[in-house]
Amino acid sequence: MLNNLSAKERMAIAREKMPEQDAEVRSRNFTEVNLGLTLEQAVREAQRCLMCKTRPCVAGCPVAVDIPAFVTHLAQGDLAEAARILMRDNALPAVCGRVCPQEVQCEAKCVRANRGLPVAVGYLERFVADWAMANDAELAAAAPVAPSGKKVAVVGCGPAGLTAAGELAGQGHAVTIFEALHDTGGVLRYGIPEFRLPKNIIDAEVARLVRTGVDIECNVIVGKTLTLGQLRAQFDAVFIGNGAGLPVMLGIAGENLKGVYSANEYLTRVNLMGAGQITDSATPIMRGRHVAVIGGGNTAMDCVRTARRLGAQRAMIVYRRGESEMPARVEEIHHAKQEGIEFVMLTAPLAVLSDDAGWARALRCQKMELGEPDASGRRRPMPVAGSDFELPAEVVVNALGTRANPLLTATEPELKLNKWGNIESDENGATSLPGVFAGGDIVRGGATVILAMGDGKRAAAAIDAYLKRA
Amino acid sequence: MFEVLNNEILAPGLHRMLLRAPRIAAARCPGQFVIVRSAAGEERIPLTIGDADEDAGTITLFVQALGAGTQKIVAVEPGGYLRDVAGPLGLPTHIENWGRVACVGGGVGTAVLYPLAKALAAAGNQVTTIIGGRSAPFIILEEELAAFSAQVRVTTEDGSRGRQGFVTLELENLMASSASRPEVVFAIGPVPMMRAVAELTRPQAIPTIVSLNPIMIDGTGMCGGCRVVIGDEAKFACVDGPEFDGHLVDFQSLGDRLSMYRDHEDQCRIGLHQEN
Ligand SMILES: Cc1cc2nc3c(=O)[nH]c(=O)nc-3n(C[C@H](O)[C@H](O)[C@H](O)COP(=O)(O)OP(=O)(O)OC[C@H]3O[C@@H](n4cnc5c(N)ncnc54)[C@H](O)[C@@H]3O)c2cc1C
Ligand SMILES: Cc1cc2nc3c(=O)[nH]c(=O)nc-3n(C[C@H](O)[C@H](O)[C@H](O)COP(=O)(O)OP(=O)(O)OC[C@H]3O[C@@H](n4cnc5c(N)ncnc54)[C@H](O)[C@@H]3O)c2cc1C
Ligand code: SF4
Ligand code: SF4
Ligand code: FES
Ligand SMILES: [Mg+2]
Repeated sequence: MLNNLSAKERMAIAREKMPEQDAEVRSRNFTEVNLGLTLEQAVREAQRCLMCKTRPCVAGCPVAVDIPAFVTHLAQGDLAEAARILMRDNALPAVCGRVCPQEVQCEAKCVRANRGLPVAVGYLERFVADWAMANDAELAAAAPVAPSGKKVAVVGCGPAGLTAAGELAGQGHAVTIFEALHDTGGVLRYGIPEFRLPKNIIDAEVARLVRTGVDIECNVIVGKTLTLGQLRAQFDAVFIGNGAGLPVMLGIAGENLKGVYSANEYLTRVNLMGAGQITDSATPIMRGRHVAVIGGGNTAMDCVRTARRLGAQRAMIVYRRGESEMPARVEEIHHAKQEGIEFVMLTAPLAVLSDDAGWARALRCQKMELGEPDASGRRRPMPVAGSDFELPAEVVVNALGTRANPLLTATEPELKLNKWGNIESDENGATSLPGVFAGGDIVRGGATVILAMGDGKRAAAAIDAYLKRA
Repeated sequence: MFEVLNNEILAPGLHRMLLRAPRIAAARCPGQFVIVRSAAGEERIPLTIGDADEDAGTITLFVQALGAGTQKIVAVEPGGYLRDVAGPLGLPTHIENWGRVACVGGGVGTAVLYPLAKALAAAGNQVTTIIGGRSAPFIILEEELAAFSAQVRVTTEDGSRGRQGFVTLELENLMASSASRPEVVFAIGPVPMMRAVAELTRPQAIPTIVSLNPIMIDGTGMCGGCRVVIGDEAKFACVDGPEFDGHLVDFQSLGDRLSMYRDHEDQCRIGLHQEN
């Protein structure tokens, strides 16, 4: 294929639209919404790239994926080389292509966004990664590395742990991942739903890691089954990537009624345990005709769209601020609207109301208006006096967010934490304990997949250097 | 994969299972539990660690086959495997030498009580154990408990064994005389039983510890599904418990939340019978 178009010709190409499942149909199934570009579409989209010398898009990516290089090879139809370049910087491109908030990262910096729409870096990344997964054989296997004789323990099998493990294995270290749950992937599996990130992608990525010799031991809760002290004694270094899995409670009356869930519980039942997806799933979930989801982030969008797929007639987002303040990815908000999700904006919950049998029946709410900007720079919502009203809801999901889970850190008083309970570490992930590194949500608080991966990668480099010194 | 080494029936539907789980056997303390998933696709089921042998690398579970999840667990024969066993979870029981302690167990709660009572006796307490059940066949572990208890008192609802009535009857008898009045009471069993014990000991302000059994998934504090109301606070039973001050527990809310999936559970049970 040719890629010798002039800048003008490139500029004339319109951004490709992602083919997607019909909104009416998909709001009743759990299969992926986005269907992926065709090869033709991907090449045409790649040809929109101006191959800027200054590479502003690369600066927008937390792991500095060499975007112009992989896109150029894609535009020429050289998928194997595109994949090789992509995977040099990003261990989970099929995941990131789907879930990165591109509009505030790589695509936000794309020069083409100045006049029109940016190059669809996320779509292209997904395309190349999916191709690579389907054409494993055509990719040259990484040359075997000489074993270093060193052993590294990784705590947590989310994106931070998976990335660190992959890098460390590539450096010749013997890596064991310890995961508390019975399955891999962390939030990628138990949080983000199938319709956004199919589980077979996580399975394939994990299988690839296992083939490189990484050991994964599920059902090991570090701090309970084994202590951090035991890991330090048995391994030459430890990476902690145990995430931020502790739900923040609403703190309003009625929070413990039947039918009220934290987002983590709601999503775990469906995504990890299969509730409502497979008929006769062993683990149950409440379906509810009216479902109110409190919050405005990705988690809230995932819950409300799940509720819709579980059959809710009214699946509602209840958010204190306005739509433009919602932290969710724009694509999720857009898809949610197409699927008939109601957005009840500038509304704060006051209490969950119950029926005679202890079930949630409605959410008592209050209208808000936006005042002066607060510390986060967003305008502070203020209650409107006398604006109380009731929203019918048999299922209420609290998607306010999560904090650091103290299960592991509480057992190791020597490990320095900040005032929110997150592990303190330097820019390489080194903690206050020698040989112990950390990254991802346990360090940052709830952040993003790609930031967690970036942390895992930097920490792996630091661990490698530490082991060579030791 | 966790090998089942032994599986015997102690009472109708109640199995004692011995598993190979060396890490858990080494780490566990009385009062802690595991989460078991018999096979891929099955529920995660919390079960108390009844006993452990660190040298042999084994743990003992007492499993009451109530619904689909527990029935699939007890169906695994010796030589077979449970896919997932994670733990030890929860906080260990706070054990000290109070002097006279009453341990009250109802139904399968008696099995949950067993490791605590044993540890309390080992710490020097004079343990009076009161166990109850519907009728004689449901009275479990009497001999095992007698091995270290100063006394074991039995009640059954139909009077087919021990005294007729509820465990509270015998506890009341103990509390009636200052010579036998316990310093501390541990009560483990169905919600109404624990509630009745807490109401009984409240007027005399006898510290009463109960072990709560809300619906759990992960058991690591991640999902918040196991929250229980203790005083004015919501606590996660899997990480802050499972034992709490019985005088502060909101038993109404606990009972309500335990009934959340009744319809689904009934259907699963019917489905299981049709398969067989
Ligand atoms: C519903 C939802 C939707 C999201 N959507 C997006 C999105 O679209 N885009 C995006 O970029 N980000 C998204 N995020 C955020 C993103 O998923 C997280 O930032 C990311 O997963 C953090 O990775 P991590 O590896 O640090 O931790 P996690 O993914 O949380 O993984 C931690 C792992 O450690 C395990 N663990 C915990 N404690 C222990 C222990 N003591 N011993 C052993 N193992 C332990 C956990 O079980 C888990 O598997 C979303 C988050 C949620 C909850
Ligand atoms: C900390 C703890 C320790 C326990 N220890 C023991 C023990 O040693 N031996 C024993 O036999 N039982 C124990 N239980 C209770 C046991 O977990 C439940 O009986 C079991 O989960 C029922 O599942 P099922 O599918 O067989 O029955 P179902 O028919 O699905 O449920 C029967 C009832 O059990 C409760 N239940 C359902 N799912 C769960 C769940 N995931 N977690 C907790 N309760 C649930 C509900 O009240 C339900 O109505 C313990 C529970 C907890 C929380
Ligand atoms: S990893 Fe994420 S931010 Fe980086 S290029 Fe890919 S989609 Fe963009
Ligand atoms: S900024 Fe946009 S146009 Fe320029 S190289 Fe990056 S993706 Fe291509
Ligand atoms: S079981 Fe999930 S937080 Fe306790
Ligand atoms: Mg069940």
